[in-house]
Amino acid sequence: MSEEIIEVQGLIKVFGANPDKALRALAKGKSKAEILKETGLTVGINNIGFTVNKGEIFVVMGLSGSGKSTVLRCLNRLIEPTAGTIIIDGTDITQLKEKELRKFRQEKTAMVFQQFALLPHRTVLQNTVFGLEIQGISKKEREEKAIKTLELVGLKGWEDKYPSQLSGGMKQRVGLARALTNDAEILLMDEAFSALDPLIREEMQDELLSLQQKMNKTIVFITHDLNEALKLGDRIAFLRDGELVQVGTPEEITTHPADDYVAKFVRGVDKSKILTAGDVMKKPQPLITLRDGPNVALRIMKQHGISSVFVVNRERQLQGIITVDAAVEARNAGITNLNDIELAHGPKIKEDVPVQEALGVIAESKLPMAVVDEEDKLIGIIVRGSVLAALASINHSFDVQDTEEAMAPPVSVAAQAGSQGGESNE
Amino acid sequence: MNSIPKFPLAQIIDQIVAWLKSNFGQALHSFSRGFSEGIETLAERLLMVPWWVIILIFAFLAWRAKGWRLAIGTIIGLYFIYNLKLWAPFIDTLILVIISAVVSIVFGVPLGIIAGRSRGFHTILTPILDFMQTMPSFVYLIPALLFFSIGKVPAVFATVIFAMPPAIRFTDLGIRQVPVDLVEVGEAFGSTPGQLLFKVQLPVALPTIMAGINQTMMLSLSMVVIAAMIGAGGLGAGVLEAISQLKIGMGFEYGVAVVILAIILDRLFQGIGRSFRTDDNNNI
Repeated sequence: MSEEIIEVQGLIKVFGANPDKALRALAKGKSKAEILKETGLTVGINNIGFTVNKGEIFVVMGLSGSGKSTVLRCLNRLIEPTAGTIIIDGTDITQLKEKELRKFRQEKTAMVFQQFALLPHRTVLQNTVFGLEIQGISKKEREEKAIKTLELVGLKGWEDKYPSQLSGGMKQRVGLARALTNDAEILLMDEAFSALDPLIREEMQDELLSLQQKMNKTIVFITHDLNEALKLGDRIAFLRDGELVQVGTPEEITTHPADDYVAKFVRGVDKSKILTAGDVMKKPQPLITLRDGPNVALRIMKQHGISSVFVVNRERQLQGIITVDAAVEARNAGITNLNDIELAHGPKIKEDVPVQEALGVIAESKLPMAVVDEEDKLIGIIVRGSVLAALASINHSFDVQDTEEAMAPPVSVAAQAGSQGGESNE
Repeated sequence: MNSIPKFPLAQIIDQIVAWLKSNFGQALHSFSRGFSEGIETLAERLLMVPWWVIILIFAFLAWRAKGWRLAIGTIIGLYFIYNLKLWAPFIDTLILVIISAVVSIVFGVPLGIIAGRSRGFHTILTPILDFMQTMPSFVYLIPALLFFSIGKVPAVFATVIFAMPPAIRFTDLGIRQVPVDLVEVGEAFGSTPGQLLFKVQLPVALPTIMAGINQTMMLSLSMVVIAAMIGAGGLGAGVLEAISQLKIGMGFEYGVAVVILAIILDRLFQGIGRSFRTDDNNNI
């Protein structure tokens, strides 16, 4: 997973004739503004370095003019870098000769454009086969492949339509299909969804994510929309004024913004979209196991002043919840083992699911929500109060301490029995 | 002021013409003779084809390009020319216009493509095109006469000079107007320059190029009367004769025939041009 496929080092792009002057000035540490004033040259991007791992979605995020499109176009040399190296799959592509570059573009990368960039004189199918046609693949073979990808992006039956007959979302599906048909390892997406209206944009984002699960491409995605970056990105690179400000996972970016610029961005974000259940959960305290009887349950509830308690088996897998009422009833019926009574079941959520999706359930449920991992082991609980607190804390100036605690891996929780189960009895 | 001598432009041009004539005069004359014979044979052959066949061919083209209305209009218009007994000069003019237009396109479109892809060539070409379009045509009709002697060849020569610029300009413009991201598509998928030209730039520029070709057609037609002065024959010769003898009615007949031909060719090429046009292109 973490095998590097793209490695960019010291990437500089200067626009204008005689870029050497600007390079020397940059080496002396002069600012972009000074260089523009002295030499009339524009420094598009300055000293960018990052790596992209195989199979990840790497988002380059920045406002217009930040140089993000320039970075992307350097990766397939639509824009010729002024200095720096770009190693893709072991080859420094800045050194490629014209013919090798064409081959590289044909085989390694495929691009999706902001304004779709479909050829107006070609049908959907003819647009989709474009990359393979350039490679000289036979008509039969390329059309077979194209029909498959068109089906994949949900455009079956639209093969013979012209771009002017399609809606924006459909056009970009064709753009995506055209890129996918090429079967290149690396997908370069230049603000691919920015021209779509919000609903369609979300739909396309979801679709890209599900496609990515099937295909596992390496995607470099350019956007100016932080929500999009956080939703899609495995890692995000922040660009400002042609310089790299921060590279990190969505978590790192939102919890530890590198500087005020990033922090300002992050503040405006809809927090519930990035906070996962794991972020806002509390330690599951206390717990009882199936071996215990209703008496133990009642004693623990009394001890902690709560009205219900989670029941797990020996592997910590969630079995259910027992309430005070049920425990009393069981004790009066003479039952001594929790195996013999029917446990209540509250809502349950996987730890990596965004809290947003769980908000409604949490609001309506009387029982606390259980947070489980892949193996159904109970790793935390969510109560109404903790979600609200987490959302509130980030929407104001970010309280790092609080979040770190919320994000701490819930190991060794059993050892701290009795420390904070009080909130779970809402 | 008088101390600065007059620039001897006239003498220079005279010398160049004299030099060209003495060195290439013979070759040009024989080329001219061969070319004229070719045109005349073509005209004879076309005149052997029954008139109604030619009308039906035009009607069919009109129907394909734009629909049955134009087809019917074409039949009526061409029959009217036949009825006015102007069929032979009409065929002469038609051949001249088509040959001039074809020559203009054959040279103009490639020149336009080069200009569209090379800023340097574009910069050099632009003033030359201005020159070609604004220089009064009589000025180069006379040297054309010297080189090619009287007849159809100098007429084609003059017509091509006058009619070629739009073909070049529109092709140039069309190629330049291809949206940047479409060119990027070609490049990003690894096109060779040839693939980029034939799969992206030319098809996208085609509606604009067709508009240029239409212009070229119209301009060559507008040269027929002037070309008649140097022996091009055809409808222009009739107009010229009518003017010189003050036969107003006769001049009008020939004039109307020219107009009918112009309208048919214009609509025909508009129709062909439009069939390449899509909604996306209209937005550019």
